[in-house]
Amino acid sequence: MRFADFFNALLEGKVIGQKCLDCGSYTCPPKATCDNCASRNLEAVELSGKGVVRTFTTTYVAPSGYTEEAPYTVAMVELDEGPWIVGRIDLPNEEIEKLGQDLIGARVSIYGKEFPTEPFYPDKKRRVVPMFKVEGLK
Amino acid sequence: MRDVAVLGVGMTKFGKHPDKSLVDLFAEAFFEAFEESNIELKDIQALYYGNFVGEMTDGSGNLSGFMADEIGLRGIPAIRYEGACASSSVAFREAVKAVSADYYDIVAVGGSERLYTAGTEIGTRALATAVDGVYEIAAGLTFPGVFALAARLYAKTYEIPLEELREMMAMVSVKNHKYGAINPKAQFYGKLGDLKVEDVLNSRMISSPLTLLDCCPMTDGGSAAIIAAADIAEDLVDTPVYVRGTGQSSAGGLFRQKEDIIRAIPRKKAAEMAFKEAKMTPEDIDFVEIHDCFTIAEIIATEAMGFFEYGQGCYAVRDGVTSIDGDLPVNPDGGLIGKGHPVGATGVSQVYSVVKQLRGEFRENPVKNAETGMTDTLGGDFGTLVNMILSIHRR
Repeated sequence: MRFADFFNALLEGKVIGQKCLDCGSYTCPPKATCDNCASRNLEAVELSGKGVVRTFTTTYVAPSGYTEEAPYTVAMVELDEGPWIVGRIDLPNEEIEKLGQDLIGARVSIYGKEFPTEPFYPDKKRRVVPMFKVEGLK
Repeated sequence: MRDVAVLGVGMTKFGKHPDKSLVDLFAEAFFEAFEESNIELKDIQALYYGNFVGEMTDGSGNLSGFMADEIGLRGIPAIRYEGACASSSVAFREAVKAVSADYYDIVAVGGSERLYTAGTEIGTRALATAVDGVYEIAAGLTFPGVFALAARLYAKTYEIPLEELREMMAMVSVKNHKYGAINPKAQFYGKLGDLKVEDVLNSRMISSPLTLLDCCPMTDGGSAAIIAAADIAEDLVDTPVYVRGTGQSSAGGLFRQKEDIIRAIPRKKAAEMAFKEAKMTPEDIDFVEIHDCFTIAEIIATEAMGFFEYGQGCYAVRDGVTSIDGDLPVNPDGGLIGKGHPVGATGVSQVYSVVKQLRGEFRENPVKNAETGMTDTLGGDFGTLVNMILSIHRR
């Protein structure tokens, strides 16, 4: 599975990954080998698209190419199937600051959002960011 | 395999060098090392050079040949090593292996980098090339961001209120700035030596919960060392410093490491490899120069290297265990936070500090009775990890 497949699916609202036919564990984002046992016996599957926030940070000083978007909150979410992915929390900054550490453990659903690419990003047409929508909030 | 020793070390002052090129910085450090090595230029058989982002900061790649030519070593094999912030530690370790394997007798090692002069935006983007270039950078993850993620996860996992952890993290900055302020080669020499915890907590937020003073600075600088087979070194210099053990490990992206990002498994593996080779344990180490790119990074490193239990490194800082007069002095040269972090030069600058300490030449902040020291250099989000143990005792 190519990296572009993962992001194309995200834009359609789907999180795709791989299921290992040897050990049964899931790998996401895609990899040439199973993230658990290194097997190449993998099957492309659609995942639930839901998970839990495990950690996050609000970035105030952004790199060249990302400064217009700051401040933004990067998070790592553990998908229900096990893998962790990196994306952004879809909440206003003030609300995130108010929640603080309590944001850890929040359930999220995942979708893809398109941003302008930058000179060094591998996809020269667009940059797709996994967005984490916190459930149970308005 | 032969024993290997360090003949000489050199480093530029770390800080801002808008008027010195990558080549100028390396050459300055190299000749300081050369002057104390008691060899002739023609004795050096190869150059192992570390640089991370010369392409982005100076528009320059293919750097090793220019370095060798500059110092009068035209024609020798010259190799550039890139392992993000651990670039020159990788170079040093490869050089040690080549001499140990009897392929060369005497080689030069070093690195240079110019991140201060590059400016914050370019510098931040250049450093961010060390995170996963597809899945992590897409969200705008930065290096302060990586360790901010680790800090929040550390607090959550070990059930420490974040504000309490932030205070202990701030103590790392206070300690390392105190030592950096008395190190003449440090970026903050004469500055920030009397920081207070509140100063760190209240400085500008960079990536929550890390403030500016939780972060090491952007730095320009160069470093160098000359190493030789131990038998040769003993005929050349009064106090050879022996490379007793080295270790290296790797990892993929943060998201592949999951909850282990606060356990730094590659560092655990690299440190264990170095201890095994040295036939030593953490108890044999008198002090360490650790990769404190961020305050939380130092805490995590001391745990992964085996000096403290997981979740206990923060209390070691609070209780003064890692101060110069504690049981395990950490970063007596100021570390990356106080001394500066010209990434490709950092690893060999740690070797510089350890060698000076072991020879009794680190007069500003001496570690009492230091006979064995260790370095720890981290490249990226644990993608490249190198540990080295140096001692005044041959095995």
